[in-house]
Amino acid sequence: MAEAAPLVSIVDPRQFEPRIVAFFCNWCTYTAADLAGISRLKYAANVRVIRVMCSGRVDPQFVLDAFAEGADGVLIGGCHPGDCHYQEGNYKALRRVHLLKRLLRDLGIEDARFRLEWISASEGDKVRTVINEMVRQVRDLGPLKVQVPREVFAEEVQ
Amino acid sequence: MADAKPKVAFYWCASCGGCEEAVVDLAEKVIDVTAAVDIVFWPVALDFKRKDVEALPDGAIAATFLNGAIRTTEHEEMAHLLRRKSQVLVAFGACAATGGVPGLANLWDRDTILHEVYRDSPSTPNAAGVLPERHHRSNGHEVELPGFYDTVRSLDQVVEVDYTIPGCPPTPELLADAVAALVAGTLPAKGSVLAPDVALCDSCHRRSSKPDQLSIPAFKRPHQVLIDEEQCLLAQGLVCMGPGTRSGCGSRCISGNMPCTGCFGPTSRVRDGGAKAFSGIVSLLEAKDDEAIERALEGIPDPIGTFYRYTLPASRLRRRRIDTVS
Repeated sequence: MAEAAPLVSIVDPRQFEPRIVAFFCNWCTYTAADLAGISRLKYAANVRVIRVMCSGRVDPQFVLDAFAEGADGVLIGGCHPGDCHYQEGNYKALRRVHLLKRLLRDLGIEDARFRLEWISASEGDKVRTVINEMVRQVRDLGPLKVQVPREVFAEEVQ
Repeated sequence: MADAKPKVAFYWCASCGGCEEAVVDLAEKVIDVTAAVDIVFWPVALDFKRKDVEALPDGAIAATFLNGAIRTTEHEEMAHLLRRKSQVLVAFGACAATGGVPGLANLWDRDTILHEVYRDSPSTPNAAGVLPERHHRSNGHEVELPGFYDTVRSLDQVVEVDYTIPGCPPTPELLADAVAALVAGTLPAKGSVLAPDVALCDSCHRRSSKPDQLSIPAFKRPHQVLIDEEQCLLAQGLVCMGPGTRSGCGSRCISGNMPCTGCFGPTSRVRDGGAKAFSGIVSLLEAKDDEAIERALEGIPDPIGTFYRYTLPASRLRRRRIDTVS
């Protein structure tokens, strides 16, 4: 697997550092992230990992909450098709993600800010590749500005 | 002793007038209502003016039922005025409660909307390209229009709201119950939604025909199928918002053989009505790979218009990112 661009070890205050919220399933992707750690793989420190029991547990509300509360990107990691610990959870996640992607597009949120990846427990390397790639893409897109601006006329209303 | 009767006001902001119809639809019950309360302000029906409201002492109105979303400076001013004059402010109807259909304008902004409506739409002759102005001088007179905001808001995003009666429009029964509770002094805790806090499916008369394991091959739109009049609409592949929508409407649409579109909004446990609804509904698909899922989703060409038809301004993101509106 091609190695990602070298990581910035000292944070450059002039460079935008995206905040990415990652929901990793307990059985595959979270274990893979553990493996990445044990294997001393280095990846971008921009990701806040939240362990969930299954990618099927990731309610689309969590994703919208993350964006509304300041995330610049959201990553969901689950077991490969056919490997779900709960048989069907990752398929449910996949169906929701398809609709959520279209919805986010309509709300002006770029595709690269929201990603679903199947990463099995043995794919620590893929955790690194996916995170580094996503951080690079979201950094290029810049901060996600979802705040509703205060409007000028509001000042004249008593 | 007319003064002993509680004073009630009705007002409309960004709305279609359907909520006013709900008041008229009280039919003979409207006599009970007018016997119990004094209506001091109701622009759609009675000739009271804003200055009449301004002349009232603060808190003089027992309850104001305000329908419509907040979209202009005038709406916002009236919301503040009526809030000050009222002991109880009720967000009446889907637009006041969660933004409603006018809230879908949050996919655009002020300029794109005004340009489309007044200049670019093919049925609008406007060669001079005149757009609404805040101030305009004509024959020595200065005329003024309210400011038009980029973002539509629900009432509770502008002023404090005491109660909410959902629906597009609310049913006359819910209004009559609310007025009766107001007169009897039996209103529930502040902040309550005056409708049951369970999903519509709970009270749906087609509930028994819903299979235990619901599995949908593909979503269909109502005009594409002959809709069975008995069977659960989700089981027929139609997007019915029943599982994600508050009960209390008497399932009128279902009785008319049309799927629920979600006008009562979500129940109190939900943070984002549209997301919660599609989470449950879309995960029922049979499809298991990208291509099959996309095909099955073709029956939902407009996800926001489907799942956020009445709730976009009250959703977690509230609008399309303003810097991406072209």
